[in-house]
Amino acid sequence: MTIYNIYIFDRNGTCLYYESWNRKKESNMSKEEEFKLMYGMLYSIKSFVARMSPSESKDGFLNYRTSKYKLHFYETPTGLKFILNTDLNAGSIKDVLFNIYSKIYVEYVVKNPLCQLNEPIQSELFTSKLDSYIRSLTIFN
Amino acid sequence: MSRQSTVRADNRKVSAELFVLTHGALVAQLVKDYESDEEVNKQLDKMGYNIGVRLVEDFLARSNVGRCHDFRETADVIAKLGFKMFLGISPVVTNWSAASDEFSLILDNNPMAEFAELPEGHEGLLFSNILCGVLRGALEMVQMEVDVWFVHDSLRGDETTEIRLKFIKKLEDALPAGED
Repeated sequence: MTIYNIYIFDRNGTCLYYESWNRKKESNMSKEEEFKLMYGMLYSIKSFVARMSPSESKDGFLNYRTSKYKLHFYETPTGLKFILNTDLNAGSIKDVLFNIYSKIYVEYVVKNPLCQLNEPIQSELFTSKLDSYIRSLTIFN
Repeated sequence: MSRQSTVRADNRKVSAELFVLTHGALVAQLVKDYESDEEVNKQLDKMGYNIGVRLVEDFLARSNVGRCHDFRETADVIAKLGFKMFLGISPVVTNWSAASDEFSLILDNNPMAEFAELPEGHEGLLFSNILCGVLRGALEMVQMEVDVWFVHDSLRGDETTEIRLKFIKKLEDALPAGED
């Protein structure tokens, strides 16, 4: 099993953070273009899921899978979006995404007054904490 | 990981007195720095706003509450969870407007003003105005634009301390560039 990459978007669609671990194939476009494409797709899926759902759903969009990978999505009530791509063996990793938010993003970005909240994250502490958390997960390898 | 973090969460609890006295010192300094009480109130509100936009993330991460579906639910969460978590009190939610877009929080014993006494000549000072800013900033982050103000303040000789919240509008999610 493995984790490929992570995206964190703020509620305005700015990509706050991107990191990849085992990504073998790069999209043939600039990172900025890729972030925009990713955010646009998530935005559309969210509204698609909300409209097509036959009943009121609390969670909305959670994940999708293709023949090669699985994309997991978690959105906080403040509109922060955490996206993790894994291989197909990963089950529901909602708690992992929530932990990234509550134990890493809140602790090392929100509580660091020098980190602006709607700009890409520069903090090295955040980067290293996130990296060691992801690598410690059983689904990482 | 979970055990470690509960230990840490406990260690981070500080005495309320430390916080209250620090806040008192802040207000005292602002009173020195600015000419009028209105200006001090404005500065406190602004600082509160900046705190609120960050505090809301901490709140959501620790309480794991989802999105509220109406303003009444919001009021409940603020009074029973938010105030409890950060100030250790549960204000009473009351005085709903007919349209359910306005309510009041009654703070029986405002912890922020525990050791405070307004000096002569500062009748216009809202000692705990930082709370209004915090509420406004925190709610703005969850897509709610609200007006928050003190109606009564026991420090100014009123019977109770009352904060009023008025729902203005729901803020919409930003569209990605090029889609409308």
